Amino acid sequence: MKQKLRRSMLFVPGSNTGMVCNAFIYQPDTVMFDLEDSVALSEKDSARMMVFHALHHFTYQNIETAVRVNPLNSPFGLQDLEAVICAGADIIRLPKTDTMDDVLEMEQEIAHIENRIGREKKTLLLAAIESALGVVNAVDIARCSKRMMGIALGAEDFVRDLRTQRTKEGTELSAARNQILLAARAAKIGAFDSVFSDVKDKEGFVHEAQYIKGLGFDGKSLINPNQIPWLHKVFEPSQKEIDWAIEVCEAAKDAKEKGLGVISLDGKMVDAPVVLRAEWILDLARASGVLGEEQ
Amino acid sequence: MNTLHVDIQPAHAGTLESSDAFVRVMPNDRAGVEIELESSVAEIYGDAIEASVLQTVLAMNVDRVKVMIQDKGALDFVIKARVQTALLRALGVSEPDWSTL
Repeated sequence: MKQKLRRSMLFVPGSNTGMVCNAFIYQPDTVMFDLEDSVALSEKDSARMMVFHALHHFTYQNIETAVRVNPLNSPFGLQDLEAVICAGADIIRLPKTDTMDDVLEMEQEIAHIENRIGREKKTLLLAAIESALGVVNAVDIARCSKRMMGIALGAEDFVRDLRTQRTKEGTELSAARNQILLAARAAKIGAFDSVFSDVKDKEGFVHEAQYIKGLGFDGKSLINPNQIPWLHKVFEPSQKEIDWAIEVCEAAKDAKEKGLGVISLDGKMVDAPVVLRAEWILDLARASGVLGEEQ
Repeated sequence: MNTLHVDIQPAHAGTLESSDAFVRVMPNDRAGVEIELESSVAEIYGDAIEASVLQTVLAMNVDRVKVMIQDKGALDFVIKARVQTALLRALGVSEPDWSTL
């Protein structure tokens, strides 16, 4: 199945009207409206209403939308879900996911709302893992629901749980990153890295982005639109990768046209995952603007 | 929300930041919906904004209400969101029927 590009997931506080209105302009792969930590308790209702209407607005019809809702055990979680599912959000980001029961409980509520309002398109789930318990349970969390499209590391809460702090080197996150990546890949879903908080430190951001791309992550959560072009540049494939991907895709097309079950390139057999990888590179190249749409 | 609501409490929503609107609602002695709009684009879009606000208030079945809007260049959906939030607060409703909003 073709994989959607999700290099950049831009957090947009639901209480920041200017950002809610303008986030689409910056063209992140996914706009992630936040109703949780960035919204004051006194403004939970107004942020929810703002995001509800933004999701209906034509400016957000051609971009993937996710919403970080409040936990279901808070007074706001269920109302958040009702509002954003009615408004057509593509993805619900589940905060502070510690166990698969957290996912299953959320899934049950989503299914209940979808059935009641007659929504045909299934709302997807992205679980944020923000604790040691969540990391330990990452495999179960990633595999427990067909709605799961990915798991994401929430590093700020995670390091507090570990009783340490974030560093530029990211040593304190290495176990969590590896575990989350392995769990996501075992479940064949996406893996997304945490935010990089120092919005002025381009060098540090790019270094971290290169590192997590090298590990195999699909993308990162972002807190500032300035980070979007930096991140997309990191994910831009090299000309060598593009040339290889074109050759693989042409060999696959050729084999299909000739009705051949086996794809070969330069005398070597090419497996299906290699073709998927090549298609992914070409998608990245098109999204990065280094390859035309028709190619 | 089929009942006509005439007994509301004063409430407000929004901010005076750019792209936003600050909306206040309060009970009014007179029947109907009274709208007061302050906007730098009132000359061009004032009638359209007021018509949209009136429609929003009527859809929530609220009567005898005064709605005061300070518009700071808000998009139409922002004003609607602020009016609805202020009215829900005025009515003390925390769990609205989202399919009607």
